[in-house]
Amino acid sequence: MSAGAPLVVAMIDGVMAGASRVSPAVDAIFLALLLTCGVVTLGVTAFVLYYLVRYRRSSPAPRPSQRWPEWVWETLWTSATVAVFLVFFAVGARVYLRMETPPADAIPIEVIGRQWMWDVRHADGRREFNAVHVPVNQAILLRLSSEDVIHSFAVPAFRLKQDVVPGKTTTTWFEATRTGEFPIYCDQYCGTAHSEMNGVVVVESAGEFARWQAAGAHVGQDPDRGARLFATYGCAGCHQRSEKERAPSLGGLAGKMVALADGTRARVDDDYLRESILQPGARVVAGYGATMPSYAGMLSDQDVSELVAYLKRLPADDRRLASAP
Amino acid sequence: MKATVSVPLPYADAAQRDRAGQLGLWTFLATEVLFFGGLFGSYVVLRHAYPVAFAAGSSHLSFAIGTTNTLVLLTSSLTMVCAVVFAEAGRRLAARASMGATVALGTAFLILKAIEYHDKYVEHFVPGSSFQAAPGEPPQVQLFFFLYFALTGLHALHMLIGIGVVLWNERRVAHAVADTPIGLSTELVGLYWHFVDCIWVFLYPLLYLVARP
Amino acid sequence: MKTDELPMTPARDEPDYLERDRSLRSWLLTTDHKRIAILYLLSLTGFFAIAAVAAALMRYELLSPRGDLLVSDLYNRLFTLHGVTMVWFFLIPSIPTVLGNFVLPLMIGARDVAFPRLNLASWYIFMAGGALALFAIIAGGVDTGWTFYTPYSSTYANGNVMAMAAGVFVAGFGSIATGLNFIVTIHTLRAPGLTWFRLPLFVWSLYATSLILVLATPVLATTLALIMLERGWGVGVFDPRLGGDPLLFQHLFWFYSHPAVYIMILPGMGVVSEIFTAFSRKRIFGYRVMALAIFSIAILGFLVWGHHMFVSSQSVYAGLVFSLLSFLVAVPSAVKVFSWTATLRGGSISFEAPFLFALAFLALFTIGGLTGLFVATLPVDVHLHDTYFVIAHFHYIMVGGMMTAYLGGLHYWWPKISGRLYPARTAQVAAVTIFVGFNLTFFPQFILGYLGMPRRFHLYPPEFHTLNVISTAGAAVLGVGYLLPLFYLVRSMLHGRPAGANPWRATGLEWTVPSPPPEHNFAEIPVVTSPPYDYPPIRS
Repeated sequence: MSAGAPLVVAMIDGVMAGASRVSPAVDAIFLALLLTCGVVTLGVTAFVLYYLVRYRRSSPAPRPSQRWPEWVWETLWTSATVAVFLVFFAVGARVYLRMETPPADAIPIEVIGRQWMWDVRHADGRREFNAVHVPVNQAILLRLSSEDVIHSFAVPAFRLKQDVVPGKTTTTWFEATRTGEFPIYCDQYCGTAHSEMNGVVVVESAGEFARWQAAGAHVGQDPDRGARLFATYGCAGCHQRSEKERAPSLGGLAGKMVALADGTRARVDDDYLRESILQPGARVVAGYGATMPSYAGMLSDQDVSELVAYLKRLPADDRRLASAP
Repeated sequence: MKATVSVPLPYADAAQRDRAGQLGLWTFLATEVLFFGGLFGSYVVLRHAYPVAFAAGSSHLSFAIGTTNTLVLLTSSLTMVCAVVFAEAGRRLAARASMGATVALGTAFLILKAIEYHDKYVEHFVPGSSFQAAPGEPPQVQLFFFLYFALTGLHALHMLIGIGVVLWNERRVAHAVADTPIGLSTELVGLYWHFVDCIWVFLYPLLYLVARP
Repeated sequence: MKTDELPMTPARDEPDYLERDRSLRSWLLTTDHKRIAILYLLSLTGFFAIAAVAAALMRYELLSPRGDLLVSDLYNRLFTLHGVTMVWFFLIPSIPTVLGNFVLPLMIGARDVAFPRLNLASWYIFMAGGALALFAIIAGGVDTGWTFYTPYSSTYANGNVMAMAAGVFVAGFGSIATGLNFIVTIHTLRAPGLTWFRLPLFVWSLYATSLILVLATPVLATTLALIMLERGWGVGVFDPRLGGDPLLFQHLFWFYSHPAVYIMILPGMGVVSEIFTAFSRKRIFGYRVMALAIFSIAILGFLVWGHHMFVSSQSVYAGLVFSLLSFLVAVPSAVKVFSWTATLRGGSISFEAPFLFALAFLALFTIGGLTGLFVATLPVDVHLHDTYFVIAHFHYIMVGGMMTAYLGGLHYWWPKISGRLYPARTAQVAAVTIFVGFNLTFFPQFILGYLGMPRRFHLYPPEFHTLNVISTAGAAVLGVGYLLPLFYLVRSMLHGRPAGANPWRATGLEWTVPSPPPEHNFAEIPVVTSPPYDYPPIRS
């Protein structure tokens, strides 16, 4: 695998440097496989090229007779292959068993997958969308369930992946070893917006995490809180682009009249926007289904106000809405 | 004798043709086993998960009809064996009569099956919006009935095809000329019939006898 | 079978199978295995074109991370169309129904397959399935992915899942009929003296493939029928709301679909074995072990389906067993790679186009096979599962392996099929173009997958942009490579030089009959007295 070099470079660059307790072991096996397979590929390639040149039809080179019977070679390379494979199986099995055994002190977090968002519920009642705040160096036990189809909760930086299957609760665990933000993807195809069912694991130091916990529903204190809320709650997942099937785009709406599903019309003002966040099914824009969940009880009154303020500022045809970081 | 019987291409002689026919049918039966295999596999998984529901579902089936049908089918296999023996001996009339008996027994099986289906429909045991579980029984009884209808339905379809090919072979024997290989075709049709019978031998305990002590 | 429909013995000096009767009717009602092979060749080329256009649109769309060309629903329909059509309407039937149908009877000294009319029926069944699938596509498409995972496919998807599943269901019976026909043909119609261990390896590979077709395809049929029932009836064994198990679907689906992967590679292994010996003018290294390796792959292939479910929440211990078996199934593949390499030693090698395709197969299959070890290793698979790494891995096997072998075989037997020679130099250019284009397309996808890019992703984060652009550029090169043979092979039918019976001076009964072969292949059934690949000693 001569072009394996970029892979190694990418790893060294830290694009994909591991950030969890298990990632060094996984990476070590990966590298060992890469080296072994690289050597085998180069070896086979070298032999093939040598034979191609030496035994081309016009070559006068003498054609050797077989020195050893075929079964000698066959036994040799079959047993060598089996031995190498068994080593990789055994090492992999060892690491896998460790990966599949959560530590006893892991903190449970409930994650619900639904088309197309991650609904995250902490033990203390905090609820987030498409984001999981966790403290560094602390094992986290994820209890995963699905409300509709099969999803898969994947965090590449943690070498973590677990399918989320309706009808049962699956579990997995991780322990982040670095602070930072690490993307979550849905790795099991789950319908239209599968590729937008993304999120982020926010790994914080113990102190920062404690502050985040204490802040209640407040997500941040910077002036663009509306935008941050929009991103954090994954609104962009459905409202980002003008795909008619899912949700109306929100740019340049403020003050306009819109046609509603029941045939009437409504002006998009503060009240309408506020109602659409807290009781989305009340007045649905024509052409869309009542698919949006209610955010009542999740957003504080102040949050809603800031979201409404953010939405009113949005220019028309702006496709660069704040998406999940 | 065989060397004088002319056979069409691609076969070189009658023995080769017969071997191809037999192997072809056995291979086909292997496919059929796997075809039912997916359903049997589903049965194993779900019964393992919901033993109580499967016992409850089974108790709603008619033991009398199931047992009668088993006897009917086993007898039909006997008449089919007779047909094969008679056909290979060249006794065309006896072979045709045996096949007639086989078809009659197969039809009796399907009539009993239809009566049973109708009973289940009246009792709201057909899965779907009209399904009503008996009071106090787990909802997974519906899964049992789904598998009951899928397995017996697929089996009944095979019975229909079986009756069709036995009838076709009966006509073939009736119109046979000297070198028509009626022994081979009757043997092959018989193999298929026994296979369908065998499937029922598995279905009967799995569906009807679950709850019996 | 009525005895008056087929002749008892072929006439001497029969016209060749192409010339015999040129009417459309005679083609559509033919029972000649060679003509049926041509029918398959034409229809498979059409299905390949449809699936390739879908792939091209996907690659074009992925030039941009933001999805500027298509909406997600359309993109999802495209990858489903690509997967379903490529897997069931091109790759699975490809080598068996085209090359297998054409050369299998010739290779074993038979005048046709065992059941010629069943053979024609297989094509009609296949085409009926294809028509249903095309209807599903034209009527709006399906967005489930080729894997039809429940409960998405049974409850949530809003495309024409019914018609698409029905199409695959019907086409499956065509596969079963072909497999059955080949098994019986190989058992009963071998020429006198052609013992099992004198069979060419391509025949061995077709035999093993047929076993899988006959034993695995019915399980797919049942599974698809259960999906259709669940969708139509609203009740089913996969529905979690009733206590059904969505993972049961995956077990049943992969019980078929993993062996199906071997349906998509074993015939390719057989083809390149023929090519390696013919162009190094040397018997194959380790003939018996090569034949047994094909069989052990076919058998072990039935026992590894659970490796598609390592992260599905199946039991940890099931994962361990499936991982071990997945390593074991790779052993015979490794043995084959070493044996092909050893075959070259001491040969007399000429670099005709079929040989270049076989070399490309060797390289791509080696990479595809070795990357299989990564995903067989449990902890590494957890990271790579359902990412582009897996996409790249199975494309190296299925496209780099099977498609390359198919083209290699087509170029190898084309003089026999058409009776004509194609331009050698252009064909060599095509082989090299395909090799370069393929690697450029799919190697970057290994890296994308390692970096975490999930499969079936319409929109993707900008850090994956560069590698996707490289991949799309490669796809353009690959597209040119695939178009070239279409032109020069068709042109050679009209303008090519006559090939003669044995242009490659290869061994094998198929090269003893004229090109194109007469309608009933052999005026007299040959008697075989020598082992396969019995090339004379090479004088330097």
